[in-house]
Amino acid sequence: MDTAAVFLARGLTKVYHMGEVDVYALRDVDLELFAGEFVVLLGPSGSGKSTLLNILGGLDVPTSGTVRFLDHDLTVDDERELTRFRREHVGFVFQFYNLIPSLTALENVALVTDIASQPMEPAEALRLVGLSDRIHHFPAQLSGGEQQRVAIARAIAKQPDVLLCDEPTGALDYETGLIVLQVLAEVNRTLGTTVAVITHNAAIAGMADRVIKMRSGRITELHRNQRRLAPTELEW
Amino acid sequence: MAAVAVVMACGIAMFVTLRSMHGWLRGTQAQYYEVYRFADVFANARRAPTALERQLAAVPGVASVRTRVVMDVTLDLPGLDEPGTGRLVAIPEHRVPMLNDLYLRRGRWVMPGHAEEVLVSEAFGRANGLQPGDSIAAVINGRWQRLRVVGLALSPEYVYEIRGLGDIFPDNRRFGVLWMGERALAAAFQMDGAFNDISIALAPGASEPDVIDATDRLLAPYGGTGAYGRADHVSNLFVSSEIEETQITSVLIPSIFLGVTAFLLNMVLARLVATQRDQIAVLKAFGYGNPTIALHYLQLALGPVIAGAILGTGLGVWLAVALARVYARFYQFPIATYSQDWSVVGAAFLVAGGAALLGAVGAVRRAVRLPPAEAMRPEAPAVYRTGIVERLGLQRLVPAAERIILRNIERRPVRALLAVIGIALATAIVMTGWFMFDAIDVMKQIQFEAVQRHDVMVVFDTPRSARAEWELTRLDGVRKVEPFRAVPVRLRHEHLAKRTAILGLEPGSELQRLVDRDMAVRDVPRGGLLISDMLAGKLGVQAGDTVTVEVLEGKRPVRAVVVAALSKDIIGSSATMSLAALHEMLGEGGTLSGAYLAVDRRLAPLVYRTLKQTPAVSGVVVRESVMRGFEQTIAQSFWISISMMVAFACIIAAGIVYNGARVALSERGRELASLRVLGFSRGEVTWLLLGEQVLLTLAGLPVGLLLGAGLAWLVAYRFESDLFRIPLVIRQTTIGYSLAVVVGAALLSALAVRRRIHRLDLVAVLKTRE
Repeated sequence: MDTAAVFLARGLTKVYHMGEVDVYALRDVDLELFAGEFVVLLGPSGSGKSTLLNILGGLDVPTSGTVRFLDHDLTVDDERELTRFRREHVGFVFQFYNLIPSLTALENVALVTDIASQPMEPAEALRLVGLSDRIHHFPAQLSGGEQQRVAIARAIAKQPDVLLCDEPTGALDYETGLIVLQVLAEVNRTLGTTVAVITHNAAIAGMADRVIKMRSGRITELHRNQRRLAPTELEW
Repeated sequence: MAAVAVVMACGIAMFVTLRSMHGWLRGTQAQYYEVYRFADVFANARRAPTALERQLAAVPGVASVRTRVVMDVTLDLPGLDEPGTGRLVAIPEHRVPMLNDLYLRRGRWVMPGHAEEVLVSEAFGRANGLQPGDSIAAVINGRWQRLRVVGLALSPEYVYEIRGLGDIFPDNRRFGVLWMGERALAAAFQMDGAFNDISIALAPGASEPDVIDATDRLLAPYGGTGAYGRADHVSNLFVSSEIEETQITSVLIPSIFLGVTAFLLNMVLARLVATQRDQIAVLKAFGYGNPTIALHYLQLALGPVIAGAILGTGLGVWLAVALARVYARFYQFPIATYSQDWSVVGAAFLVAGGAALLGAVGAVRRAVRLPPAEAMRPEAPAVYRTGIVERLGLQRLVPAAERIILRNIERRPVRALLAVIGIALATAIVMTGWFMFDAIDVMKQIQFEAVQRHDVMVVFDTPRSARAEWELTRLDGVRKVEPFRAVPVRLRHEHLAKRTAILGLEPGSELQRLVDRDMAVRDVPRGGLLISDMLAGKLGVQAGDTVTVEVLEGKRPVRAVVVAALSKDIIGSSATMSLAALHEMLGEGGTLSGAYLAVDRRLAPLVYRTLKQTPAVSGVVVRESVMRGFEQTIAQSFWISISMMVAFACIIAAGIVYNGARVALSERGRELASLRVLGFSRGEVTWLLLGEQVLLTLAGLPVGLLLGAGLAWLVAYRFESDLFRIPLVIRQTTIGYSLAVVVGAALLSALAVRRRIHRLDLVAVLKTRE
């Protein structure tokens, strides 16, 4: 898996000025993400993993440091360019699914494929996540796990370069969470999409190629798994 | 909430202004009439002996009678080429309380033995810069006389100071009332021991129709032209209908605003309760009772409402003062200043509170009904359904993003409908306002350009022979003369009767034409009557029917005449015949009441001067002066009212759109932020939010145009009277303006919400659940 770095972050620092106190969400973080790999960012709340993900995804800008996506420097982009970056290259999966409640599953995916340059068929994306028989249901009619799978379908339908998932199983129970992780593993395997998953649940780290541990805004540990576990082998 | 406060302010302002005006006008009129003894029944005659007064007083139902001489004369006014008209009205040389008494604004009463002393009406005096001690010249019974002004006065008979039904608005410069000592006036017109004008006060419980009949019978031998009550009294007619109008508008217009306010308030509060579910739950869990919570939200509702009410009251009082000043120019009341009736303000606050209650009740009920445990959970997700797009099979046409807009509208159909109605109302308001302007413009065009083609209309003091026409033709500067004869008549058909006048014109007359509402020109029928359709309606006649004509002057013949055709005229409800046919009917040879003149512009002053000094001429009306006066007075008050209407429409439209967008943003902010995260641009997301407002506005526009057309028709119908008819003319420009105003207001307020979209916090939305 020695391929080009999709993301290259150097010296990333993010400071929040809260009156007299400065809060360092990130402190001088260096990171690479390689094409096609499955990475888990592990850490307790407040460790800065979400902030890092947001910056990689073009949702936030660092106070200092650089971040390159392929050969493109994200830190010099303005708001419009960042939006375009997200649109064309990034798929997001949120903890609380963030589906559009007034659209069916199929329409939620179509929403994104309509603005993508090289999308797959919405129905195909939903088939990949195993929801072919629920495509005309509204989010209110779907279980949490199903909603998250729709969200994943929505994220991959535009064939993004990278899939960023912020606590994708955080709101789900064990069995459902497992299903979602299986989908993510499948997506990574068959489509070759780079996947980065944030979680505080250490057990999930077993399914990754690399595990990045964070604490207090720094990367404390970075190791490669000898063997990737299948999601069914995970226990929490 | 700001939108709510603004709309409320408008509603309250209108309420305060219009109700105050109504109360002020009505109270002032009632008090004026009572204190200055405005009569109940009025009549004219040619010449009746003073002795008849006793018989009139003896009629059952008559409380008191006043007889006097009233004559219109030509006035020579300083700074005016054309002659003015003065109505000389007799007053006792010694001041005593009397029917139709006078309010002396300045100066003193006339003194016996001073025949040249007169009181002039205040508006006329002011318009001509007359003060006690000044003099004006009049042609009285053929003699040029100099009269001395000793005072300025007002009379309840001339609150709306116009010559008669032919005029629409007061021309205080060219027409005024002059009160002269009765002995002097009688002597000037050889009316000693006689009178030609009667005023009667009715006893309580008297029957007006009976008194009118008895009066007519007594006056018939002396040229009585038919008695009438206050309802047909020219000045009272105008004032009373205006008062009636304010009664209606003072209820209608505020209701619209307050309705919209309640609607907006409901939306805002409902959203607030939804977002504060968990806080409500906590309060309830801690033991706060439902009444406390209900009170809390009611107080929240009261916030913008009270702000709006205070603002509106201030605005309303200020507007009332301004409006009172406008009224004072048209209506001559003795009260110099307008004083605010503060009970109206009190009522305004009550009304505002009522609107607040109406708007809040739905939300408050929901807050109260919320079980504490239920409230701590997130709100059950909204239920969406496939809607009209799928049912119509339009899937391929509507992309997924736009379906968001449609589904949100379909989920709250009542709210959408109310918003559409609100936009429609705003559109209709502008359209009705412009329609009135267009209608008045058309009326002006028809009356002053199509119908009246003369430069001057001359009225003789008494029916004159054809020689008068010849003499007018001879005058330097007069290019053309077309004579006319006008007689007061009563037309009867079966059991219906109407008092009117018949105008006799020469066929093919060019200086005064008969023009319909749709600009079609008619000619005078060779034989028979041409009557206006309004009049025909009142008599229940159609073309071909026969009516009985009772001539109310001279030999008073009664004839059966055929209705040759009906006309659709704009002003007045008249009857016209060919001059020859009228002469034949009257059986008095070729007498003339006056003539229409075409005058060489350069020689006009010369013509006027000659006419001023012509004894036989009792009235001169210059078309251009009347038209300019019309334009000035009508135009002025028009611009005020159309500006207000446009402002109202803008506020309503903007309020609805802004409020709707803000509430939608609150409800759907999270999903919109999610879309931004997914890569939707600000513009795309703005469209997804505002698209709902755009669709609702677009839906409301055609409804508004229809509603506006309906309202215009209603206005035209309501204003139909003996005085004039409003043509139903809806120009394309009117439609254009209405649409532009509402769309503009909606657009601006929508853009105001745009900034908030740009400030959506994208990072926070990833972590929140709702």
